[in-house]
Amino acid sequence: MRDLVQYSIEGLGDIYRAREATVREVVQAYLDTIEAREPRIKAFLQVFAERALEEASELDAKGHDGRPLFGIPVAIKDNLCTRGIPTTCSSKILAGYRPPYDATVVERLRAAGAVIIGKTNLDEFAMGSSCENSAFQITHNPWNEAYAPGGSSGGSAAAVAADMALASLGSDTGGSIRQPASLCGVVGLKGTYGRVSRYGLVAFASSLDQIGPFARDVRDCALVMEAIAGHDVRDATTIPAGAPDLRGGLERGFKGMRVAVSADLETWEMDVSVKEVAARTVDELIRDSVPVTRVALPGMETSIAAYYILANAEASSNLARYDGVRYGLRSSSASLAAMYDETRGEGFGDEVKRRILLGTYVLSSGYYDAYYAKAQQVKALICAQFEELFKSCDLILLPTSPTPAFKLGERLEDPIAMYLSDIFTTPANIAGLPAISVPAELSPEGLPIGMQLVAGWGEEEKLMRGAFGLERMYRFREQHVLGPKAGRGRHGDR
Amino acid sequence: MATVEFETVIGLEVHAQLVTKSKVFCSCPSVYGGEPNTQTCPVCLGLPGALPVLNAEAVSMAILMGLATGCRIAPKSVFARKNYFYPDCPKNYQISMYDKPLCEEGRLEFELDGEIRGVALERIHLEEDAGKLLHAEEGGSLVDFNRCGVPLIEIVSKPEIRSAEEASRYLVALRQLLRYLGICDGNMEEGSLRCDVNISLRRPGDALGTKTEIKNLNSFKAVEMGIRFEIERQAGVLRSGGRIEQVTNLWDSGQKKLLTMRSKEYAHDYRYFPEPDLLPLDVDAAWIEKMRGALPELPLAREKRSREKFGLPAYDANVLCAEKGLADYYEAVVGAGSDPKLAANWVMREILEEMKSGGEFEAASAPVTAERLAGLIALVSGGVISNSAGREVFKEMVKSGDPAAKVVERLGLTQVSGEKDLEQWVADVIAANPDEVARYKGGKVQLLGFFVGQVMKKSAGKANPKLTGEIVRKMLEG
Repeated sequence: MRDLVQYSIEGLGDIYRAREATVREVVQAYLDTIEAREPRIKAFLQVFAERALEEASELDAKGHDGRPLFGIPVAIKDNLCTRGIPTTCSSKILAGYRPPYDATVVERLRAAGAVIIGKTNLDEFAMGSSCENSAFQITHNPWNEAYAPGGSSGGSAAAVAADMALASLGSDTGGSIRQPASLCGVVGLKGTYGRVSRYGLVAFASSLDQIGPFARDVRDCALVMEAIAGHDVRDATTIPAGAPDLRGGLERGFKGMRVAVSADLETWEMDVSVKEVAARTVDELIRDSVPVTRVALPGMETSIAAYYILANAEASSNLARYDGVRYGLRSSSASLAAMYDETRGEGFGDEVKRRILLGTYVLSSGYYDAYYAKAQQVKALICAQFEELFKSCDLILLPTSPTPAFKLGERLEDPIAMYLSDIFTTPANIAGLPAISVPAELSPEGLPIGMQLVAGWGEEEKLMRGAFGLERMYRFREQHVLGPKAGRGRHGDR
Repeated sequence: MATVEFETVIGLEVHAQLVTKSKVFCSCPSVYGGEPNTQTCPVCLGLPGALPVLNAEAVSMAILMGLATGCRIAPKSVFARKNYFYPDCPKNYQISMYDKPLCEEGRLEFELDGEIRGVALERIHLEEDAGKLLHAEEGGSLVDFNRCGVPLIEIVSKPEIRSAEEASRYLVALRQLLRYLGICDGNMEEGSLRCDVNISLRRPGDALGTKTEIKNLNSFKAVEMGIRFEIERQAGVLRSGGRIEQVTNLWDSGQKKLLTMRSKEYAHDYRYFPEPDLLPLDVDAAWIEKMRGALPELPLAREKRSREKFGLPAYDANVLCAEKGLADYYEAVVGAGSDPKLAANWVMREILEEMKSGGEFEAASAPVTAERLAGLIALVSGGVISNSAGREVFKEMVKSGDPAAKVVERLGLTQVSGEKDLEQWVADVIAANPDEVARYKGGKVQLLGFFVGQVMKKSAGKANPKLTGEIVRKMLEG
């Protein structure tokens, strides 16, 4: 029998149906991996070993009932509400808080048969690009523990990269799924804004936040997305349509699709290794007769500025509720005003405070028009430009992150450098477009580099086909994780 | 008087709780009362991750009010967050509307000194209510979030009101309209109707003066008194050459006075921005037309029709049309065959007295049905029973729940109009009161009423008074 943690989602389904392994055995195999690797990776804030085994036994008792995620061990980011289970957002201010309800995506994962194995670390309230803004622990990149896993969904990315979960959920406001996916060598998908319900996702920036999956490959990623996507009456901003079929057309890859690449790709500031991967990808596509055009990419100069205004403005309001009155941390203070000040002063970390201050500032009377209103105009413009661009292409190809993983601590004192990690990912958030990061190659230091595809509004199906095409081209997992060259991976193909 | 020297400029901001079944952004019941914090859920508690979903019924009610006041209904309006910290506000922002409200540019009309007066409305928008703070005896404060998320409409007038009396009339008319539309119960004590006042004075011809605000006005009386006090206060300051500061006054309902808060304590920058958790609100023509079709006849129109169709005096029409339920009831009595003026008298006297209130009438809780009241009126106007016996019968009908005819029969109140019986009673009374007879014959004809009264007493109210009077006169003068 092959190592149980190496099976894909569909592969595990076959194993369960053939009764070659029980869910309990598979869950136990993942728990064993966690026991072995977690002490050094620190991807999880909580692991539900007992509960996961119990759920596994219940599933085994029923037998495979055809549900798409039957018996699949999944990890979720700790900004997703879980009924009766601490949900911290990696913040001291939510210490002891147990939500009285499950997020819609948690319900849907369970309804699809998944076993939730643990909750993962993140930058506090999803604000950051390295996972270092967690109030509780530093997560390490499984490819090299001296490096950051990226963020803010660094724990979810690292958990999948280290085989501690078969798939996981993160949230992406400005790149928080795609950037850590790129840095950890896994697939990370953010759908069209409104594709996945945000009900139960602790809000950072409501108009930009989207929940999405991490997986080892595109097909697994599509499967998880299908399970969580679709209209939700509890989120007024969800698209009124069911989950799209994302797997049916995967094999067709880029067939019939046109790809756009920035005309300025070569002049963008980025690590040379990333630049080379991008160039090679373009060459390969052309060699495969995929029509590639050079275009002016919308929002490359403006979206990061618009992003930090809009996201922080919304955050300043969304995070106002953490005041010590009803739940979480409360400082013992003499007056109401002091309670507010001290609770928030003690409970929030520096980055969160910085963003609340920025957000409060840009919404203030006298500054609103110059900042928030202007950023909204920029957003409208970027949306219109993308819409125009997608009349002449199906997918946009660009790097996910300008660099491979950076060393832990390296960017902590330089917020601007940290913010620029998101330069290639924020345009898709600003325009609400679906985007995916697919692992491509390793840098000379042996760190993964991901490439990103962006599709038009609602075009996840095209996006996944393109991603599958890239995956087939890169053969990243075969070469660097499973294959003989990996030198660190487990044996056997899938 | 201040009004001679200064012109008063008043604008009202009225918050009205809508009587929707559920709250505006979640499915919790929106009824008043209940054990603290029993009508709550993650959404109205503003728990992390919870999201608002708009209740269409609340929008329909707000549209109804907009149409009733001639507002323009915006095809696209936008919810906005009003950011401020207060413990009764669990998200520390209120979902309201800001620069794109649902209804704009309307007008509320009412009668003042016998004339129709109109006050322009700036806007009507939809928002959520906050919870309630309760101050515990042992110190500290408690919060009840039951009210949190109850739908409110805020009705903002233009600063066109010129006196305390006019403000009060405006508020009465607004409340009457809300109740006609069936969208707010108008209970100021329970806080389902709340009024904030903006007020400034200026010398005639001058530009607008600095305005101050009065909050916490929880009754019509408080609104009038509060405004009068504030006019006097501002006039005093201006007369002595001072400048009006932009302050907020809180009405103290216990001590019946205004508490002035320094402006700094209320200096807010609400940092409004569009609510990203809700889509812009689209109201299409079909929705507006549907609500237009649901509009009842409005109070002023109904008063006018009552005067014209039923020949009622202005006073009667005004009283009977104060409440839609009362006007409906009155018309049902007329519809069941009663003379309109008699019906008006009976409804205004008996029914309203029985209800012991001038403005909370619900047809369903009327002491007797309209048909039965009409039956009673028919007995009186047909001479079967006297007017005074009718009032007795009415009380008995309320008590027993029986129709008029049955009560009359049971009490043996059928009016006696037979001349033989009447003549016998009159003869007895004449015999028993020789002094009065002598005085009557001596010219004191006003004593006629005395004799009729004695006969009524003797007959236990059954004698037909009109006929009795004629017989008395005949026997004493004839």
